[in-house]
Amino acid sequence: MQEPILIGNGQGFWGDSIDAPKNLLDGGPIHYLTLDYLAEVTMSIMQRQKLHNPQRGYATDFVQLMKDTLPSILDKNIKVIANAGGVNPKACREAIFTVARELGLTGLKIGIVEGDDIVEQLPEMMTTGVELNHMETGEPLTSLKDNVLSANVYISSLPIAEALEKGAQVIITGRATDPGLVLAPMVYEFGWKEDEWDKLAAGTIAGHILECGAQATGGNFTRWWDVPGFANIGYPIVEAKSDGTFVVTKHPGTGGMVTKDTVSEQIVYEMGDPKNYISPDVTVDFTTIQLVEDGTDRVKVSGIKGSPTTDSYKVSISYSDGFKASGTLTISGPDAYAKAQKCGEVIWERLKNAGCTFENTNTEYLGLSSSHGEINPIPEQINEVVLRVSARDSNQENLVRFGKEIAPLVTNGPPGVTGFAGGRPKPQQIVAYWPALIDKNLVKTSVTVEEV
Amino acid sequence: MQRILLRQIAHARSGDKGDSSNVGLIADNEAAYEVIRNEVTPERVKKHFANIVNGKVDRYELPNLLCLNFILHDSLGGGGSESLRNDAQGKTHGQALLLMEMEVPDDLPVQPIKNF
Repeated sequence: MQEPILIGNGQGFWGDSIDAPKNLLDGGPIHYLTLDYLAEVTMSIMQRQKLHNPQRGYATDFVQLMKDTLPSILDKNIKVIANAGGVNPKACREAIFTVARELGLTGLKIGIVEGDDIVEQLPEMMTTGVELNHMETGEPLTSLKDNVLSANVYISSLPIAEALEKGAQVIITGRATDPGLVLAPMVYEFGWKEDEWDKLAAGTIAGHILECGAQATGGNFTRWWDVPGFANIGYPIVEAKSDGTFVVTKHPGTGGMVTKDTVSEQIVYEMGDPKNYISPDVTVDFTTIQLVEDGTDRVKVSGIKGSPTTDSYKVSISYSDGFKASGTLTISGPDAYAKAQKCGEVIWERLKNAGCTFENTNTEYLGLSSSHGEINPIPEQINEVVLRVSARDSNQENLVRFGKEIAPLVTNGPPGVTGFAGGRPKPQQIVAYWPALIDKNLVKTSVTVEEV
Repeated sequence: MQRILLRQIAHARSGDKGDSSNVGLIADNEAAYEVIRNEVTPERVKKHFANIVNGKVDRYELPNLLCLNFILHDSLGGGGSESLRNDAQGKTHGQALLLMEMEVPDDLPVQPIKNF
């Protein structure tokens, strides 16, 4: 293919804008559309759906998107790479095939990447001495007993590149890394080798800049007043070259902006040690990234250095860790803050009198620096505040009881209390996250390409 | 010397890593980078976030992006799904850091604070 190749990312998480992928397809040229649907919590939700129904366990939004866009994707020969497969890439593929048949489409090749889901292998691994100790605390996985909900390895870009090599138009993965979705087409198109560390590092940075969608194009930008057209904000596109340099941009006529400042903010998002960003493909040194503005809404990225990756994959294990619930009440003035404090005290006192105790509780006053604490002084005149009370416990019944103790304050506490249209808060299962490392040799990925 | 808020010479973004948050602080220009490198120490950040950060604060330098990256350990009340906080992922910690007050040389260019 001619350089550069254009890769747009239309989804930063499951729940992101449903129109963004369509706008990327319709708003100008792209060769690849990437879509990131997964977070740690998402995997456990999908695992539960699959247990309930063996045909589920993937991102259903993706099926609807394909229904709306497959004709145009085939017409323009755009390749789609999505980690929409969740814990069931096969079922996701079948759902897309069904959609394609309904639309009367033929010749659609779908590739799936499997092998990241190791939840069923865990018991055997643990009896054969595979340690999946918590990466930070060092605790052994056995301490979770039977509470594990899901276990997925963050796989590299190579199986995705292999699916492209085999002619797939749409590629569905499970827990691939977010940047890997964007790196894979570069590896395939440019024939980058497994040890071309600088180039793999560059492609990984391109993926990191794209992975949160509009956070690279003006979304969440500090100086928000400078950002034009939030309502039709353009999602990010990279124009990638075989030498590892690339330009970050967006479609013309869309809102938002691409500047050194908006791109820099996304580069530092969720960053740890900048000299040692470890992915399954490469270790990246963020202190080598050079940014230059290259016209309106264009930032050129170059100079990126990488080094060999490690012998381990990161595993994302999720487990059930009790329950929590949160409820809110709006308290209006006069004396809004004093009344809100009284409401909070009353709720906890009534629960205590009912013999209901919790492992942990939290009382917040939204509107009064609940996020920033003492960094912001509390003003003298407060005309309205939202009381937010939360509790956590291993006993779900305690949280059901908690949920019943909030609405009564509207009529049996201080005056001016409202905002309870949403009903009683329900207990939510806490899905906790257990990061671990696993020897790469213990994980076998597989790539299958089939045609409808 | 002039007394300013950090937001007048820098911008920032924050996110979560388990029960820690990170704040990437990006200076507006090289002179501002020198100021934040000298002034915005891990100790000062820890003090600024006194009732939010329970652990230590680590700082990394990225001179190529005029950036300092701070890791605020034990700052999310358990993090992710376990936290009972409204801001369980530290999404607002970047905005909080930018409220830090500081003394800077009179000749350092600073952005005015906009009123809406």
